[in-house]
Amino acid sequence: MNSNPHMLEQNFRPDTEQALDLQALRADFPALHQEVRGHPLVYLDNGATSQKPRSVIDAIRHYYERDNSNVHRGVHTLSERATLAYEGVRKKVRNFFNAASIREIVFVRGTTEAINLVAQSYGRPRFSTGDEILITEMEHHSNIVPWQLLCQQTGATLKVVPFNEAGELDLDAYHELLGPRTRLVAVVHVSNSLGTVNPVAELIAAAHQLDVPVLVDGAQAVAHRKVDVQALDCDFYTCSGHKLFAPTGIGVLYAKEALLADMEPYQGGGDMISRVSFEETRYNDLPYKFEAGTPNIAGVIGLGAALDYLEPLDMTAIGAHEDELLHYATTQLQALPGIRLIGTAAAKASILSFCIEGVHPHDISTILDGEGIAIRAGHHCTMPVMTHYGLSATARASFALYNNRDDVDALVAGIDKVKEIFQS
Amino acid sequence: MNDMRDLYEELILDHNRNPRNYPKKPTDCNCTAHGHNPLCGDEFIVNLTVEDGVIKDIGFEGAGCAISTASASLMTEAIIGMRVEEAEKLFGEVRHLLTDDDENEQQEHGDEEVLGKLSVLKGVKEYPMRVKCATLAWHTMHAALLGDKDTTTE
Repeated sequence: MNSNPHMLEQNFRPDTEQALDLQALRADFPALHQEVRGHPLVYLDNGATSQKPRSVIDAIRHYYERDNSNVHRGVHTLSERATLAYEGVRKKVRNFFNAASIREIVFVRGTTEAINLVAQSYGRPRFSTGDEILITEMEHHSNIVPWQLLCQQTGATLKVVPFNEAGELDLDAYHELLGPRTRLVAVVHVSNSLGTVNPVAELIAAAHQLDVPVLVDGAQAVAHRKVDVQALDCDFYTCSGHKLFAPTGIGVLYAKEALLADMEPYQGGGDMISRVSFEETRYNDLPYKFEAGTPNIAGVIGLGAALDYLEPLDMTAIGAHEDELLHYATTQLQALPGIRLIGTAAAKASILSFCIEGVHPHDISTILDGEGIAIRAGHHCTMPVMTHYGLSATARASFALYNNRDDVDALVAGIDKVKEIFQS
Repeated sequence: MNDMRDLYEELILDHNRNPRNYPKKPTDCNCTAHGHNPLCGDEFIVNLTVEDGVIKDIGFEGAGCAISTASASLMTEAIIGMRVEEAEKLFGEVRHLLTDDDENEQQEHGDEEVLGKLSVLKGVKEYPMRVKCATLAWHTMHAALLGDKDTTTE
């Protein structure tokens, strides 16, 4: 419809399918090899959560079978093993994001908790009436609601950068809205409902000119793009493990050390203190100050196994493979009558949202499920994006490194079935 | 494909394409409620005219998927002219048809004779995530009769 046929051209590298051994990669993910409603599973709901490689499942199992113990406390062998494994993952995460120090890596439950942590520990003691928090119209609810709560608590005001019909941020509006009252910018790296890759480095540079810190919601980016937090110069970067081939319930907050050092604790409890008396409590060093209570040790170990899995694969090659697949899928769907693509930005990653004329996305999803194809239907926790397009929902196919052209072909055939049923 | 036809039967597709009593708000409407399924964004307003305990007229507004729209449309046809308690009883039958509701364990399935055309919704039972779609209008009708302004299927 309103899409640019040359989209993704800049990222289009047809030779990358050979560069990654796809069949070998697919074999690493046990859940991909099953039948759903009598058809081989075609898993295109990676934006919701990715499947897990065998090595991640094995690492969790090994931890519970051999090393299960609490971290940072016991001096016995199992506790030592668990602690070494747990802290070893922090180093892996530091390397993955090229953070300056392991003190900048805080383990949290996921992106949502990471954003809430920043809102409450950074924003709440600092912000007051007249201050502004700048977000965008394409944020996930988890990068809207924590700021709304913070605004209620502090009297600060939420400002919103709009996007255009293609789903690209209005950069002029951004520069206009960014001003002396702005205390924080919170922006999504890759939109989960539109697929737009935002120019976060540019947004960060502009904010830093006014000494405004920037939080980047990387939930939808980290499995698809190389993220270098020092190159981006972001102040906070947040992500969830489960979209990165790791288990649910584990995520990462990256924050610059100077900011973390100056922030209030998020939760009080064990492990986050260095000394407690009834008169006074001294907090632990970074990053432990932000990790109260027994953490999700198995989740962290699973995350480490996921990063080990990705390590030899090269995120740039993965991104190029997915860009090629997205380009192929986009071209296929554009050729079908009655299909409207939602989100046609020039820079996109791994997400293909669409509507079929006269068919509700939930009906699309149910009929595709009957063909063994898993997609997402709904508002994708981005209701303002739906409002922008006058929709209540879209259907969304989202890719990961193990998807291939056969998956896209199955999707296209599935869409034909949807139309066949609804046109009868 | 064939089992998809069990869900998307022609009667459902027809009521989705051409919903009956839609969009409609009877001029003398005295019971109305707004129903919302936050999961998928389906939203309906059910408008009823109730006199002396009898549903004299009914219509609905809003938008939803094929299952929720067809169920709403079929509901309006089914309960028009019914006494309020008959409509509530029918809601119970529909719920029982769609779920393994233990309240009516003695019955194997919803009573097809009572359900009539509504039996077409039985295919939804195989898709538990879609049951809320099929019951949205019914919950909304129920809320309207109780005098609640808003309801959700969450």
